[in-house]
Amino acid sequence: MTDILVVLETREGALRNASLEAVGAARAAADASGGGKVTALATEQADLDAAQLGGAGADAVLVADAGAHSPDGAAATAVRVAGELGVGAVFVSATVRGRDLLGRIAAGLDTGFAADCTAVDFAEGGFVFTRPVYAGKAQIQVKVNGPVAVASMRGNHFAPAGREASAEMGTTAAEGGKAQVTAIAGKSGGRPDVAEAARVVAGGRGLGSAENWHLLEALADALPGAGLGASRAVVDSGWRPHSEQVGQTGKTVSPELYIAAGISGAIQHLAGMSSSKVIVAINKDAEAPIFQHATYGIVGDVNEILPALTEAVKAAVE
Amino acid sequence: MKICVCVKRVPSTTTRVVVGADNQLDPTGVEFELNPYDEFAVEQALQVKEAAGEGSVTAISFGSADAKKELQKVLAMGADDAVLLQNAEAPHADGATTAKVLAEELQAAGAQLIFFGKQAVDRDQHGVGPAVATRLGMPCITEVVKFELQGDQVVCEREIEGGRETVTASLPCAITCQKGLNEPRFASLKGIMAAKKKPLEMKDVAIEGAAVELVSMSLPPERPAGRIIGEGADAVPALMEALKNEAKVL
Repeated sequence: MTDILVVLETREGALRNASLEAVGAARAAADASGGGKVTALATEQADLDAAQLGGAGADAVLVADAGAHSPDGAAATAVRVAGELGVGAVFVSATVRGRDLLGRIAAGLDTGFAADCTAVDFAEGGFVFTRPVYAGKAQIQVKVNGPVAVASMRGNHFAPAGREASAEMGTTAAEGGKAQVTAIAGKSGGRPDVAEAARVVAGGRGLGSAENWHLLEALADALPGAGLGASRAVVDSGWRPHSEQVGQTGKTVSPELYIAAGISGAIQHLAGMSSSKVIVAINKDAEAPIFQHATYGIVGDVNEILPALTEAVKAAVE
Repeated sequence: MKICVCVKRVPSTTTRVVVGADNQLDPTGVEFELNPYDEFAVEQALQVKEAAGEGSVTAISFGSADAKKELQKVLAMGADDAVLLQNAEAPHADGATTAKVLAEELQAAGAQLIFFGKQAVDRDQHGVGPAVATRLGMPCITEVVKFELQGDQVVCEREIEGGRETVTASLPCAITCQKGLNEPRFASLKGIMAAKKKPLEMKDVAIEGAAVELVSMSLPPERPAGRIIGEGADAVPALMEALKNEAKVL
């Protein structure tokens, strides 16, 4: 029976969806261990819903009284609360902020950590974490030897518990930090980040030029919940920002649907997207490696196929 | 100002992974290189020193004896000296253990700024920089794409999901570097020659146990074979049919 603390991610007081997945992962893991308590901790003031977090799997929720996000402050609060509750594990979501907290919380608890987990099992009295290495070219299973297992959960791999329950709400003191977030600028368009999107439309050199990118954007606009991705070649050419790069020196994604347009499929790119559920490849070279990994392929010029696909998707989702 | 940069020798990103009998990457035929994100860390450390017009940049790696090659590259790029914390098991050490070893060395070094790559592209954990900083009682700003030093204040920007945040801290501070922060310089021929005369200290370090135990390594499950639906825009209706009724993702 292992109790688990989940550190929530909030932005301007609102809970991020990735946190509900982490709570769901903790619920399943605590149950697998024989029924432990799951406590969710917001390290900054936030407007949280007891039914939403209870439904996702939390038994209790603690909200700390910090006004803004401090990475080291948040970690210190989590370390203190983990000690007060005597939990056997601390889970965070594998977002930019969550990854930041992972190593700090583990160091604060003098224990080991496992990042970007895609599965959690319970065996021989401890959690076994499955996580990708070499950007997904391989996966490892690890156990944390220290007193507390600290782990981050990758997006799109865990689901909220989906139960009818209300979490008990409480408050706790926030620890101060030396680093402070002083401003957050939102991106325009409101498109989901490629790492979090349930659907990804990604483009490569096959589009021919940066000016043709609107064809890809039009498809992403037509597909609900779609994020935009890019190959390394395109990012290195300056067509797209690095925040959209998928692959070994970019983001690893595992959406329901990944559409690779004009991407040949270099090994570094394949590493970052081959765990997607359904992969569609569009490329003029029938011998391109991407086709060996695709669920469905179309051979041809992306600049002709994308507009037709966009129209068909628009008709289908209406 | 004393600046340190922590680097790692990793398998090249073009490596095809084969799992060896010891549950680790089979190194046969694998090329190793300086972790790509560490190049941004080295470049930023050199830029800070150059802008200040004084100070020193020390490169530190926890690695096997082979990691000398990567440290020599960092020296050739312009670092002043290097320390290799040597242990044959270092390439397989977990992040928490690595952080402990590096923190011990850094504690003695007394650096005002410590730069890391945001992750090593082998274990992909993103954890060593923040763990080292926590052990040293220092703030750490991760995945930085913009770095500014204003007196003893560090002002950084980083991309978070759907936004960009500004994070500030005072020196001493640790920074983990993301692609986009700068354009890492190439080592010049002069730099490569000069590197041969720069101090590269080899220190044997002990590892006390492991914070994380490896149970197994395996290749990801094979994807079921796919199919080519057709050629050109004419194939779009058949693709839509497959996405809707076969894969059920639309």
